[in-house]
Amino acid sequence: MSNPAILVDHVTVHYGEVLALDAASLSVDAARICGLVGMNGSGKSTLFKAIMGMVKPDAGRVLINGEPPAKARKSGGIGYVPQSEDVDWQFPLSVRDVVMMGRYGHQGFTRRSSKADRDAVDLALDRVELSEFANRQIGQLSGGQKKRAFVARGIAQGATIMLLDEPFAGVDKRSEATITRLLKELAADGCTILISTHDLHALPQLCDEAVLLMRKVLMHGPPEVVLQPEHLAKAFGLDVLNRELPGPDRDLPARGVSNQPGRN
Amino acid sequence: MDLFDLLLEPLSYDFMVRAIVTTALAAIVCAVLSCWLVLIGWSLMGDAVSHAVLPGVVLAYIVGAPFALGALVFALIAVTLIGVVRNTSRVKEDAAIGIVFTSLFALGLVLISVTPSQTDLNHIIFGNLLGVSVPDLIQVLVLGVVAFAILILKRRDLTLYAFDPTHAHAIGLSPKRLGALLLGLLALTSVVALQTVGVVLVVAMLIIPGATAYLLTDRFSRMLVIAPVISAVCSIAGIYLSYYLDTASGAMVVLTQGAAFAVVYLFSPRQGLIGTRLAMARRRKVAALAA
Repeated sequence: MSNPAILVDHVTVHYGEVLALDAASLSVDAARICGLVGMNGSGKSTLFKAIMGMVKPDAGRVLINGEPPAKARKSGGIGYVPQSEDVDWQFPLSVRDVVMMGRYGHQGFTRRSSKADRDAVDLALDRVELSEFANRQIGQLSGGQKKRAFVARGIAQGATIMLLDEPFAGVDKRSEATITRLLKELAADGCTILISTHDLHALPQLCDEAVLLMRKVLMHGPPEVVLQPEHLAKAFGLDVLNRELPGPDRDLPARGVSNQPGRN
Repeated sequence: MDLFDLLLEPLSYDFMVRAIVTTALAAIVCAVLSCWLVLIGWSLMGDAVSHAVLPGVVLAYIVGAPFALGALVFALIAVTLIGVVRNTSRVKEDAAIGIVFTSLFALGLVLISVTPSQTDLNHIIFGNLLGVSVPDLIQVLVLGVVAFAILILKRRDLTLYAFDPTHAHAIGLSPKRLGALLLGLLALTSVVALQTVGVVLVVAMLIIPGATAYLLTDRFSRMLVIAPVISAVCSIAGIYLSYYLDTASGAMVVLTQGAAFAVVYLFSPRQGLIGTRLAMARRRKVAALAA
């Protein structure tokens, strides 16, 4: 049996006293699109960092195609699309410059670009339909175009695993459809895609599977199952509310207003 | 006396030639480095490191070691201390930087005051452009060329580090090592510039050129040309001005750079306060004529 593209095996991460991931386990097969759902602070970013090897787990391990992340990084297999707010959009770089950064792992000491590198960048820009904007400064793109520029960087890199952090934040509906189509094409080509989001309505059309994260993996399955309200309630902490309902209602299925006063 | 004579006259003095060569070199290296410092937001760090190297330089002088070595050691100490204070107390980073660099700078001043042959060392604080000796010149030349070469050879990696360290990590580079490289080069460059404008004003050469170029272009590769050109021109102009106006040379160099920034800040066609408005008015006029 072949290895999963991404294997997260009982990974625990602390930041000082704060527990960010608690024995989280996740396995994603190659060429799948997996949506990572959880509220802020649920450990989505930490899970990404663990997969990229940016934080060392206190316990557990991560394997990329059966190998440690360091090896996957060296071979250029991991592509990363950052969250919008993590990018300095005023940075004086053109779209082409940014996409070319995907090629650095394939280049020599000074990162001089060869004909092959330039061809790969042109191809990637063409694929995300940004060729005509190649010479624009990156901040002068629309929200959706910005995301596609970073996806192009991953394509130029030859990434087989693509991590996208909130790709739909600040993106209009039409761009969202374009990005969804693009990611599906990439997955069809064999790329494994992990998307972190708290934008739930985009998930069912896009993802093959979804994961509910709340420091640990609460649930992993088809998006239509995972996204059912009672499951979401767990990830977004609403079950705490239900547990605090007064006595006799505790064992009833949680259904809104069943705890009218004077019922006892 | 025509312009030609005005430019040539100072060059008849050897000390002026040495001053101009050293300053131009320091200005170019500092300007190249400043492009990254300004974009990463390390201006304050540049300020800190350039001041904090003082005790290292003094100690190196006392034991007869190369200035650059002492500077590197103290740059490292400064950065480590800043990190420790920031991470292990509730004091924020800017305060940590302020505490560490002023304390180290003060330590340097104390060391100078107890070291015989003070004249030599006092020059480190305000620079001694007109007193650059031949060995000084050689040291600046060697260090400057080394720093410049590393910056240019590794420019793409450093830009990647400045723009997106996470991606750098994801493709197997080490953001930590790149950050350390940049800090090391900052220490080295500080030593180069010490000779010319002195510890107190080095930071100007490490910030102004990059900031000026940033207002003029949207391409990092062009910043790397614009910044050193502006910086070198301003520095040489500053030396000439100080020669004819009989003013402090290091300070004059910095003042010229500041003036250049002010002009660009006001009149840059892309970002300038007045420049953008002028460009807009011109476009409107053209549109009105066409209509």
